[in-house]
Amino acid sequence: MNKVLLLGDEAIAQAAIDAGLSGVYAYPGTPSTEITEYIQASGEAAERNIHSKWSANEKTAMEAALGMSYVGKRALVCMKHVGMNVAADAFINSAITGVNGGLIVLVADDPSMHSSQNEQDTRFYAQFAMIPVLEPSNQQEAYDMVYDGFELSETLGVPIVLRITTRMAHSRSGVTRKPVKKQNELSFPSDPQRFVLLPAIARKQFKRLIEAQNTFIEKSEQSSYNQYIDAPNRSKGIITCGIAYNYLMENYPSGCEYPVLKIGQYPLPKKQLLHLVESCDEILVLEDGYPLVEEALKGYLGIGIKVKGRLDGSLSRDGELTPDNVAKALGFPQEKTTEIPEVVKMRPPSLCQGCGHRDVYEALNEVVKEYGQAKVFSDIGCYTLGALPPFRAIDSCVDMGASITMAKGAADGGLFPSIAVIGDSTFTHSGITGLLDCVNENTSVTIIISDNETTGMTGGQDSAGTGKLRAICEGTGVLPEHVRELIPLKKNYEEMKRVIREEIEYQGVSVIIPCRECIQIIGKKKKK
Amino acid sequence: MKTDIILSGVGGQGILSIAAVIGEAALANGLYMKQSEVHGMSQRGGDVQSNLRISDAPVASDLIPKGKADLIISLEPMEALRYLPYLKKDGWLVTNSIPVENIPDYPDLDEIMNEINRLPHKIIVNADKIAKETGSARVANIVLLGATTPFLGISYDKIAGGIKRIFERKGREIVDLNLKALEAGRREAPSK
Repeated sequence: MNKVLLLGDEAIAQAAIDAGLSGVYAYPGTPSTEITEYIQASGEAAERNIHSKWSANEKTAMEAALGMSYVGKRALVCMKHVGMNVAADAFINSAITGVNGGLIVLVADDPSMHSSQNEQDTRFYAQFAMIPVLEPSNQQEAYDMVYDGFELSETLGVPIVLRITTRMAHSRSGVTRKPVKKQNELSFPSDPQRFVLLPAIARKQFKRLIEAQNTFIEKSEQSSYNQYIDAPNRSKGIITCGIAYNYLMENYPSGCEYPVLKIGQYPLPKKQLLHLVESCDEILVLEDGYPLVEEALKGYLGIGIKVKGRLDGSLSRDGELTPDNVAKALGFPQEKTTEIPEVVKMRPPSLCQGCGHRDVYEALNEVVKEYGQAKVFSDIGCYTLGALPPFRAIDSCVDMGASITMAKGAADGGLFPSIAVIGDSTFTHSGITGLLDCVNENTSVTIIISDNETTGMTGGQDSAGTGKLRAICEGTGVLPEHVRELIPLKKNYEEMKRVIREEIEYQGVSVIIPCRECIQIIGKKKKK
Repeated sequence: MKTDIILSGVGGQGILSIAAVIGEAALANGLYMKQSEVHGMSQRGGDVQSNLRISDAPVASDLIPKGKADLIISLEPMEALRYLPYLKKDGWLVTNSIPVENIPDYPDLDEIMNEINRLPHKIIVNADKIAKETGSARVANIVLLGATTPFLGISYDKIAGGIKRIFERKGREIVDLNLKALEAGRREAPSK
C-alpha cells in the first residue's frame, strides 16, 4: 500500500487531478486556499494543461466552472464558506440549469472562526439549492468523495457540494491514490435550452429538480458514505456528520456501545434515519457547524422525537466540536486537567514589522486626529489587523468590499470625513462596483487602496489588479488628479499626510494608492 | 505504540517543518498518523500549534483530547505553557528557552521559567544558540526536534530519514545542515 501524506485540502486537489479534472477556479480563502495552490504546483496538472489560475472572486470562479461544465469538462470550484455568499447567485442557479461535465463545489467552513467573520454552515446553502452534499470524515474519504464525486454529478445532472471544515482542510494523513482518469472530451448539453433560464424554461427546470429529490435521497440511502453501525445499547442512538465521527470514536476506542448513523452524504438517508429513530430511546446529533440535522429531526416545536445536540445544550450552540466537548455530550466524567498558568498572555496576530500597511496607518491616524468626527471603514485582509493596538485605526470590517460602500452610505448620511481602507486584492474582488456607485454620485469619500501587490492574508497569491489599479479607478470615472500614488515608507510620512489631507478636503471621490510589495513575498522571493 | 504530540510556537518559527519530518518518518515506518495544523490569520506573529498523533493503530480524532498529550514540543517558552491542559500528568515538555517578545505585555521570563520548572519532566534547550553554532539560526526547530527523539516512539535513524526526504529538494547542503542540527539537539536530551 503506497500512501502519500496529504492535508485534507491536498487530498481533494490530488483526487480532482486523478479524476480527470480540466480546471479549478477559486479565490483564496482560509481554509480552502491550499487546494488550488496544490494544483498550481502540481507537475501532473501542468502536463495535463489543467486550468488553475486564480479568479477575481468566488462568483466569477463559480461561473467559469459552470462554463467549463457546460462544454462537458470536469470542473472544481473552491471557496471558503463566506465566499459562497458571493458565489450564491451563480451557485443556486447552477442547480436549476444542471451540469454537463461533472461539477464539484468545494466549500470549506470555519466553525470557531479561526480566520473568519462568521461560522455559517454550507449544508444550508446546498439544502436551499436542493442538491446533494458530500462531507468527509477523513482525508481518504475526502479523496474518494472527490474522485467519485464528478461521476455522481454527471449521473445526477447537478453540481455536488463537498463540504469540509477547518480541521479537515488543515489536517494531514496518509492517503492512497487511485488510477488517473482521462479528461472528458468537449461536448455540449443534449438539451441546450436548459441553460437559458428564461422564466418558462426555469419553471420546467425547477420542476425537474424537485422531481429529482427522491432520486437524491435514494442515492444517499445506497451510499457507502452513510453507514449504520448497530450496537446493543439502544437507550441512545448517535448521528455523526463528517468529522464528528472521529470525535465519537476517540471516546470509544474499541467500538461505540450505541447504534451509530455515520453521515457522509446528503440529503439525509431517510430509511437509515427512520430505523435509528425507531430503534433508540433518544438521539444525540454530533455535527460541526449549525444544528441542521438536529433541527430537521426535532422539528421547530420539538414535540416529536427526543433529540439532543446543540439546541438543548448538550453541546455548545457555537464553536467547533472537539473530542472533549463530545465526551461531555456523551456523559463521560470530566477529568480535571492542568490550567493554563496565569503568566501566559494572549498573543494575537499582528502586522509584520516592515509591512507597508503599518506606514499607511501611522500616517492616516495622525491625519484622522485632526478631524473630530472621521470614521475609517475597512475591509477583509491583513490590514484588518489595524483594528488592534497600537493602531486602533479602523471602525469596521464586515465583508469583502464593504469598506467603500459603507463609507459611501455614511457620507450620504452626513459623515465627514468618510474614509475607506481596502487592500488591492479585496478591491478587485468586490470594491470596483462600489467605487462606481461613488463616482456616479460624486460622493465625498476618500478611498485608500493599500496595495501590497498580493493577496497577503492567505499567504501571497496573485492579486488580480497588480499594476492596473490606477487604470481601473480612472476607468470607473475617478478624476486622474484625484488618483494619488504613494510609497508607504517612514521617510514619506509628511508627503503621505499632506496627500491624505488634500484628498479628504476634496469634495468628491478620491483614491489614494500607497503601494509597496508585501515583505513576506519579498522574503519568499529571496529564498528561491 | 501511540504518541500524541503538541507542537507550539509563534507564527513563522517553523513548527510545521518539525511536524512534517516526524510525519514523514511515521509514514515510512508504516505507522498511522494525523496531524492538524493552523494556517491563515494566526500565522502573522500569533500563537500557533499543531496536533500530531502517531500510532500503530488507526487514529480517530485529528485533535488530541485534554490531558492526553505525551509530549509538548515548543519553540517558545511562554507558548509551551499555553498547552499544559493537554499534557498528560507524566508527559514531557521540551522547550526552547529563547522568548519571542512581540507583544507589549510579555511576562517576566523568570516567571515563565518557574512555571516550566514546576513540571516533573522537562527539557529546556537554548535551541537558537545551538542552531547558530551548528551553522544557521534557521535550524533551531530541528535542534529542538533532536532533543525530543527519545520520546517519539520512532527511532533516531527514521527521523534522520524523514529529514533527508523533507529537505531533499532544497539540496544536499540543507539536508546536511539539518542532520547536524538534529544530532546537536539529541545531545541535549537525557539518555532514556
